[in-house]
Amino acid sequence: MMHLRRSPEEIATNRARYEEHQKKGLEFAPKALPGPSVLPAPAIDAASVIHQETIPGGWYWSTKLQRGEAIRVDQAEGSSTVALVAWNAADTSERINLVDTAKVQWTTALGKGRVIFSDMGRVMFSMIEDSSGAHDCLMGGSTAASNAAKYPGEKTRNTRDNLILVAVKLGLDRRDIPGILNLFAPVRLAEAGGFGWQGKRSNSGDYAELRAEMDMLVGFSNCPHPLDPDPAYQPKPIVITRYKAAAPTKDDLCRTATAEAVRGFENNALMQA
Amino acid sequence: MSDFIQTSPARSLQNAAQDHFIAAEAPWSGIVRKGQTIRIEDSFGQQAIDTLFYRADDFSERYSNQDTMRMQGAAYIGIGTKIMSNEGNVMLTMTADSCGRHDTSAGACSCESNTVRFGHGTKYLHACRDNFVLEVSKHGMGKRDIVPNINFFMNVPIKPNGEMTIVDGISAPGDYVELVAEMDVLCVISNCPQINNPCNGFDPTPIRVLIWGGEA
Repeated sequence: MMHLRRSPEEIATNRARYEEHQKKGLEFAPKALPGPSVLPAPAIDAASVIHQETIPGGWYWSTKLQRGEAIRVDQAEGSSTVALVAWNAADTSERINLVDTAKVQWTTALGKGRVIFSDMGRVMFSMIEDSSGAHDCLMGGSTAASNAAKYPGEKTRNTRDNLILVAVKLGLDRRDIPGILNLFAPVRLAEAGGFGWQGKRSNSGDYAELRAEMDMLVGFSNCPHPLDPDPAYQPKPIVITRYKAAAPTKDDLCRTATAEAVRGFENNALMQA
Repeated sequence: MSDFIQTSPARSLQNAAQDHFIAAEAPWSGIVRKGQTIRIEDSFGQQAIDTLFYRADDFSERYSNQDTMRMQGAAYIGIGTKIMSNEGNVMLTMTADSCGRHDTSAGACSCESNTVRFGHGTKYLHACRDNFVLEVSKHGMGKRDIVPNINFFMNVPIKPNGEMTIVDGISAPGDYVELVAEMDVLCVISNCPQINNPCNGFDPTPIRVLIWGGEA
């Protein structure tokens, strides 16, 4: 098998450029990001509220968000995990992509100031507020099988089936369900590569606010996370408030915190031009 | 390249049902029948091999990285790992691994994500997601069918604080993984062309894929 290798000079140039990006990604961005948002959540100006929905424990919901609108996801009655997926409303083949989101921001830890990418290198959401910093982009949601194993003998609803219902009711199908972002799921990896639930990172009353950076279809499922240590199936209601967000300023945190976000928003601008 | 390593008494180069060389940067796809064993060999070492699996008779059932990580309770792929579908079924089981480091958190490179990660100047470079689009289109699928994949031999440490980087691979020339199919699967490979990060030492190299029947 013949193969012409790249020259040592070319390899050295590319390695130097990677290490420069890596240094900025790992050392600059965390300094620019603030800590968690304040608790309790400040009231949203009633005049800007478009809709408020309470998703009962175990259920699903979907909504359409226009660019510039935001949602507050609020753990109104106790610690709960909310699974979230999203599609570009104008072309649903573009959808939330969590592997890209983690990779391009050099972290699986999402929090205030971070952004969430589509598979097309564009920003779907800005995390403009977040009181917990405890979200999971790796493990996905519950399934009929995972619930049957965890809550034997009980009739329970699960995230996989909820998101099939969301997708199909939007005219999509099971092929269109992307990887899931779990809000309020304090999952972290131990050094050995195993997952753990750091329960203290999420409090009852935590909230996250996501600003839509393109027109989107957004789906939610409100079921316990597969790693949730509570042995009982008792998901609490989640309140989602859709509101008109303030227009981003020139120094908007999410648009300027990292070099990667800046370039992502440049890609958005090309789409919106 | 290194010599053939016999991992089963019945398994030789001569009795392989299929034997493919995949050029640096190229895509490939093929069917692996239930009970067959597929070996993916990193012939020159330090090459990331981006791989997807689809149920052969229903492509709507496909590899799920989140379900696989959840079932393992771990972020990395290794011997014994059950490769899970989005419907919660075991697609393949990893039965041999001479390397010990495989990622399924970081996805495939794309022209679009390259612009975000490495600058707009990297847009017009060959990328894994383009390979996947070309290859799955041969089977009647499109971009919506491309899901987060396995990166065999790619080294992506994730720290407890969430920090995630791609670092130099540890695979040596001739390192291999073997997986036994638990259902008929379509295997789609992009032999990663990325030259902006160390997933392949900035120097993409050819790989080899071998498939044996159930008895071998």
